Amino acid sequence: MIKKIFLVGNPNVGKSVVFSRLTGVQVISSNYAGTTVEIMRGFFKLGDQDIEVIDLPGTYSLEPGSKSEEVAVSLLNESAKDEIVVISIVDATNLERNLYLTLQLLEASLSVVVCLNMCDEAKHHGISIDTDGLEKLLGVPVVPTCAITGLGIKILIERIKDAKFISREKSSHRERWQKIGSIIEQVQRLTHRHHTLRELLEDASVRPFSGTLIAIGVMFTSFEIVRFIGENLISKIADPIFINFYQPLLIKLSLILGEESFLHHLLIGDLINSKIDFKQSLGLLTTAPYIEFAMVLPYIISFYLVLGLLEDIGILPRLAMLLDNLLHRIGLHGFAIIPVLLGLGCNVPGILATRNLESRRERFIAATLISIGVPCVALQAMIFGLLGKFSGFYVAGVYLVLLVIWVVLGVILNHTAKGYSPELLVEIPPYRLPSLLTLWKKLFLRIRGFLIEAAPLVLLGVLIINMLLYFKLFDFFTGLFAPVIKGLFGLPKEAVIALVMGLFRKDVAVGMLMPLALNVKELFIAAVLLAISFPCAATFVVFFKELGFKDLLKATLIMCFVALVTGTLLNFVIR
Amino acid sequence: MKEKQKGTIFDISGGAALQNKFMSMGIYKGREITKISHIGLKGPVAIKVGRSVLVLGHSVANKIVIESHD
Repeated sequence: MIKKIFLVGNPNVGKSVVFSRLTGVQVISSNYAGTTVEIMRGFFKLGDQDIEVIDLPGTYSLEPGSKSEEVAVSLLNESAKDEIVVISIVDATNLERNLYLTLQLLEASLSVVVCLNMCDEAKHHGISIDTDGLEKLLGVPVVPTCAITGLGIKILIERIKDAKFISREKSSHRERWQKIGSIIEQVQRLTHRHHTLRELLEDASVRPFSGTLIAIGVMFTSFEIVRFIGENLISKIADPIFINFYQPLLIKLSLILGEESFLHHLLIGDLINSKIDFKQSLGLLTTAPYIEFAMVLPYIISFYLVLGLLEDIGILPRLAMLLDNLLHRIGLHGFAIIPVLLGLGCNVPGILATRNLESRRERFIAATLISIGVPCVALQAMIFGLLGKFSGFYVAGVYLVLLVIWVVLGVILNHTAKGYSPELLVEIPPYRLPSLLTLWKKLFLRIRGFLIEAAPLVLLGVLIINMLLYFKLFDFFTGLFAPVIKGLFGLPKEAVIALVMGLFRKDVAVGMLMPLALNVKELFIAAVLLAISFPCAATFVVFFKELGFKDLLKATLIMCFVALVTGTLLNFVIR
Repeated sequence: MKEKQKGTIFDISGGAALQNKFMSMGIYKGREITKISHIGLKGPVAIKVGRSVLVLGHSVANKIVIESHD
């Protein structure tokens, strides 16, 4: 009786695309107990039986070399062997390397169906594979598929019941590669094709000069697209909804509650010029949902859309290679660029993504650098709004200062943090057309994750500020920090409120600077300081969950120090 | 090794874990590889093994000894 189906395969063989094809919308992403490796689970119907499908992390062998590979192997060993079927997903364009894992699965006496994915692409490359021959040689069903278009998936499902295990002897590495060599000779035929444009691009993108040019072009275009989509989502959809539909309701509520009541203060907040101002009223029903849904969510959507595209096309590993050299100087390796890029969207997933880095030292350096030197989309949007009206020069200035901090701090951390940083050893996948289905599912999961994580915290942040305002406690804080803020940073003492607020929600904080009528220099310093301090309460929580209290404390002290030094320097250097 | 040059892996040093990882990715003694590129001084190296492109950090690449074909 089959109860579970495991999807196993090397990285970049289209495993998640097959997974999306097999399962419906009910997909659960969960962490494997005791580790931080994410596992995707879903269900599909076979006959009238619901079967669980589990998408294991990509692995090259059953002798685990990394944390995610360990999880893959131990999950396979947990279940009774007669209750599971393994779908070994194989990239037809790279049959030789992929067969290694398949042979190991067969030797482990598992019931296997081989899914020969990317058959259409193999044809393009001039590779033809004799599937029947392969089936005979392996002794298990082999189904050619093209998961992106859905071709062959039906047959794959039908043939799951044919999966069987044949007891085999364990062989050594060498014997396995020899066996693969003879299989390849019998079933695979290559016809020579001229280099396609794509192959030329693939080659160019791993060479130093052309690769750098391509990378800069791609990053610039991505940045512009994120901004374009984000801005339009706000001005064409979010703002009109809030102003045309939501505001009239709030005005009625405001009248019912009466401006002086406590509930009015709590829910609606202060009226600015006797109107509800979504950015400045600071009520639980006004500012809180506006920040979440109209200011941040649109950018989150556009950012993850573009990031998902970059991931699925296969650009990120190439970027990792080009930046490996630079990142080595700061104690990371090229792959750490992925958490950093994620951090540019929102620091929370950025810090979560440091899980994929191998050593603890690397994770600490990456997480600290992300929370201090990488501004999230929400903050960037607010900085554009704040400084953009003076000149683009100041906006660029903020990025430049952050970049300098990032590199200097990285070099210092690299020399002081204990532990080791492992070396880069990764496969660079060919460029691929992304599947819309997977793209959409991934976007959906990420946005849901963001809303679950951020919404309560935005609410809490606004609540705290709301209460501080109501009980007039801000004056106390202002007095406490005024010497530093005024003496060292040259900011008026009212800016304290915004800076303290910055620890809860950056976007709210920048909004609070607006009514203070600061000059350009003051705004510039305030914006840099806000960018340096931790982006929001959620980042604190995630940092704590991922790296523990001691590391959070360390990172926080580093942050205070960096803010102090940078603020003072900028104040005395800028005229 | 120069760009686009082919060679055969002559020897691999390094611990058992690294050896295993190399093995599962198809890097083993006697295997033919082609160097694709090299980024900067002491930067990573891209090689082609079979049909896959692998990137090795500088010190990982140093562990592989190649017998050049020409």
